[in-house]
Amino acid sequence: MKPGAPVAAKPGAPVAAKPGAPVAAKPGAPVAAKPGAPAAPKPAAPVTGAPAAPAAPAGGAPKVAAAGHGAAKAVPLAAFTAEGERLQQQFGADVIQPAEYVGVHVKDAARLLDVARFLCNELGFDMLTNLTAVDYIKDTVIEVVYQVSKTSGGVPFTYKVRVARPSGNDKSAPVPSLVSVYAGAEFQEREVYDMYGVPFSEHPDLRRILMWEGFNGWPLRKDWKEAYFEGDTKPFESRWPGGDHKLAEERVPWEDNLSYPAGFDPLGFTQNPDGNIYETMQSAPLTGAADANHNGYADDEELQTDEIIINMGPQHPSTHGVLRMAVKLDGETVTDLKLVLGYLHRNHEKIGERNTWLHNIPFTDRLDYIIGMSNEVGYVTAVERGMGIKPTERAEYLRVIMQELTRIQSHFWGIGFLLNDLGAFFTPALYGITERDYILDIFEGVAGSRLMPNYMRFGGVNRDLTEKQLADIKYLVYERLPASIDEYEELIADNEIVKTRTMGVGYLSAERSINYSLTGPCLRATGVPYDVRRTDPYGIYDRFDFKVPVLYGGDVYDRYRVRVMEMRESLKILRQALEQMDANTKWGDIQAGKKAYTHRVPAGQYYARIETPKGELGYYLVSEGGQSAYRYHIRSTSFINLNSLKEMTVGTKIADAVVILGSLDIVLGEVDR
Amino acid sequence: MSEEFNNDRVPSELQNNVVITPVQTLLDKIYNWGRKRSTWPMQFGLACCAIEMITTAASRHDLARFGWELFRASPRQADLMIVAGTVTKKMVPQIVRLYNQMPEPRYVIAMGACATAGGPFKEGYNVVSGIDKFIPVDVYITGCPPRPEALLHSILKLQEQIERQTLRQVSWYSKEDKGAIPVPILGPDLVDMRRVEEIKQKA
Repeated sequence: MKPGAPVAAKPGAPVAAKPGAPVAAKPGAPVAAKPGAPAAPKPAAPVTGAPAAPAAPAGGAPKVAAAGHGAAKAVPLAAFTAEGERLQQQFGADVIQPAEYVGVHVKDAARLLDVARFLCNELGFDMLTNLTAVDYIKDTVIEVVYQVSKTSGGVPFTYKVRVARPSGNDKSAPVPSLVSVYAGAEFQEREVYDMYGVPFSEHPDLRRILMWEGFNGWPLRKDWKEAYFEGDTKPFESRWPGGDHKLAEERVPWEDNLSYPAGFDPLGFTQNPDGNIYETMQSAPLTGAADANHNGYADDEELQTDEIIINMGPQHPSTHGVLRMAVKLDGETVTDLKLVLGYLHRNHEKIGERNTWLHNIPFTDRLDYIIGMSNEVGYVTAVERGMGIKPTERAEYLRVIMQELTRIQSHFWGIGFLLNDLGAFFTPALYGITERDYILDIFEGVAGSRLMPNYMRFGGVNRDLTEKQLADIKYLVYERLPASIDEYEELIADNEIVKTRTMGVGYLSAERSINYSLTGPCLRATGVPYDVRRTDPYGIYDRFDFKVPVLYGGDVYDRYRVRVMEMRESLKILRQALEQMDANTKWGDIQAGKKAYTHRVPAGQYYARIETPKGELGYYLVSEGGQSAYRYHIRSTSFINLNSLKEMTVGTKIADAVVILGSLDIVLGEVDR
Repeated sequence: MSEEFNNDRVPSELQNNVVITPVQTLLDKIYNWGRKRSTWPMQFGLACCAIEMITTAASRHDLARFGWELFRASPRQADLMIVAGTVTKKMVPQIVRLYNQMPEPRYVIAMGACATAGGPFKEGYNVVSGIDKFIPVDVYITGCPPRPEALLHSILKLQEQIERQTLRQVSWYSKEDKGAIPVPILGPDLVDMRRVEEIKQKA
């Protein structure tokens, strides 16, 4: 394969279901998406390595000439230019097919909604994967980027729209909101609004999401500087050897991480960090139409219960961190739910745009801090696609081993805490944590840290295993974990209370789940065999024989069971990976090329996504050829999965809301970033 | 026998059973002995460090050995706040409020680099450079995140500190009323209500 050619470009990319018909409606038969399964969507499309976009502007060819790295970005996936053609036929000059990425540029923001509808309804891009923005300050535009995928498989399709950079709090030139097409756009659009100040028209609830209402400035704009700002790119000169570094507190006027607008009067100010959150919350419908899935909804009407709003969190034992749920209750029935996020917003993306490419690896560990290894793989995959390098064989196997061990330990943790939320306080979690600790021991041995391994490198991994570590992994994979997964399941799966509390609770249909961009075990529990390892394979996952477990209940119980099944599939992958690694790779061959501190990624935009234990994690990177990213965006699984919490919860009892949240298995580090 | 229990005047055959000491010292000893072995932490995690905190409470590390296993969800029942994770500006009003709600005597452990000084995220616009800008901290732990053993170590350190307390000096028995720590507000940026005058003049 050519260096840098995106892995997914192979013909015969496995697709589990028919394109356009994402819901494989065969109950009872978990869909096994084997590699080499039929159905490449368009086998007729020529997969040439050359820049095949026929409508590419003149810029296409010379860029390829720019030795090696140019090829990495200018190879459009030929199978998808057909979609671009369809769009062009439909919308004429309103869309342009650029050479730089697979997708279209929508010239007129007014046509955006039509393009989105056409892609969703006619071309089968039923899931909004990623929505973000990039501030091109030199061109005085902000570009809103949309990436859509088919749940049946394939690489995402990108479309972009450019708007004039709004000045200050100007809201006069909005972008049409896509919430009416993709419900999953709601939080992501709010995030773009929060970070860039780009308003969206027709958005149901356009408030800041990560920062609070009233915060001064739009943090991710390139001309917005925080109080501790020291330089545009790292390493800062003052920190080089011999540099005269001062503490940040000594450099700034407030001796603290603060900045206020001129003339700000703290006493003449009333705070309103949540905006009009309570005023806009829905009451119970007066008709009292009982939803078949939410049994008991109508019962409260006879009791003449009052409506109250309660806040759960940010400090609450059931919210898995610093999440806050404002819940409107009629008696005990939830009539509306709003999430308040951002209590752990650590400015990951702003810091990431200053860090060098290498710097970001340890930061990704801290996104979803249960699954550090997986986060790193996603990031290094994205950068490797940019740099056009491939890791060595042994490194690929080590990555798979670490990812699958991560998946097992994450599910142990997630299931334990789901049981916590059910009221089985800490005893089930103890079983999970005990097993998890054995896996963390492996991580600690191989990388030096239990939670934050900082193990992956561009083109390889940091260290090879020792004989002892390999033996430990084999002991876990062949002996200990199979037994402990069985034991764990035996304790929980047939428990009468667990079943009663979880079956039918938190139901969301497959169609709605896709519309909400729900991914991971939660989506697979609704019958959609969407797993990035199969639908858009990365690394060497196409070499392994494993099933994508699918169940059809769409409720909390099936989400739990899908996780257990996935742990077993992970063991299967691990066994194959260990055997193949022993047979086919050389000890110590873990880094392609030389280890380097300074990396440069050719200009362009890169997107890589992987299947973490929680779902689809994506990294959207824009490089201008420098030592750090121009735009570093994380398509956060937990954040986007939370979108659907409201629909799952409304109509259930308040005690179930806790369980439903637990079944989503969110981690706040990734929600708030 | 430690210094405060001076039993020179006791006949030698009774020295193992009888001590003579001022009431004050005896009370200190008993109070501190009880306090240090039954400190109840608040069940409250902010970020990554909370995961290690939970692991510390789990079977392998077993916080219960020190009498500290009873995590309370309500600040009213807790003696110890383990600030486990990054303190953000959006969160700090809640943390201060929780601290104010805890009954005295109360202790604070700043767990990890972020809670101590902002950690790797210090430069972020939403990050507070350490919880000690707002509430007093008894023990700091390094690490990102600290290992469970480090948290256990901090517990032993805090026990040592509690052992050294005397009723005469601890702030919660003093007559002077210190009042609650003012809860910061979220304006254009975080406003520490103790610095209002300064902000008014300089902004």
